Amino acid sequence: MKQVRVQYFAVLREQAKRGEERVETNAGTPAGLYQELARRHGFTLPAAHLKVAIDDEFGAWHAPLPDNARVAFIPPLAGG
Amino acid sequence: MSTKKAKAAQPTPQFRLAGAPLDPERLRSELLDARAGGFVAFEGRVRRRNDGREVRSLEYEAYAELAEKEGARILAEARARHPIVAAAAVHRVGHLQVGDIAVWVGVTAEHRDAAFAACRYIIDELKARVPIWKKEHYAKGVPVWVSNRVSARRSPRAPGRKS
Repeated sequence: MKQVRVQYFAVLREQAKRGEERVETNAGTPAGLYQELARRHGFTLPAAHLKVAIDDEFGAWHAPLPDNARVAFIPPLAGG
Repeated sequence: MSTKKAKAAQPTPQFRLAGAPLDPERLRSELLDARAGGFVAFEGRVRRRNDGREVRSLEYEAYAELAEKEGARILAEARARHPIVAAAAVHRVGHLQVGDIAVWVGVTAEHRDAAFAACRYIIDELKARVPIWKKEHYAKGVPVWVSNRVSARRSPRAPGRKS
């Protein structure tokens, strides 16, 4: 099992009812992790509409998920 | 280090988030420089109507660590693409009212072409890339997390996102 710290923002934060959590997972990739968490929290946004960040940098959905990573799921942007 | 020497160095482009109302006069004065023949600023403001609905207020939320990194990268790109003297950008987080400034971008350059072009580049890229989210509160109905439309002006290499 890996330990990761996951951050949620905007609509995901509201649906998860928290801004972050520590998660134990066997997911091999951020995509797999999101599938698990989406089931757990009832996220309505599909992964195709999100970006993922690993350790405060934009990351790849299908790259290996490192142990002890900081992961953030990034809903569609609305800055500016 | 004397003020004169500090001014002679190329200032590092600055991007930051701000929890309090922006002061555009102060932001401009911090950027102005004797080398600058041109200064261009953009203010993105909260407007009353969005998609036909009356906006009462809105909230901005940011992933601060990544927003600051990506904002700094965008400003560095603007410097690499255009012969500017300095650039700075500030984005609000927190609660804003109609008429408040949500984002400020300022650019100084020796000549106006670079200042206009760099300012446009910076705001376009900020909107497309910086992890910031907006929740609109309306006169009627529930609040909504909105997302940006993809601008047709952006370069094809950059990933787009549908609103």
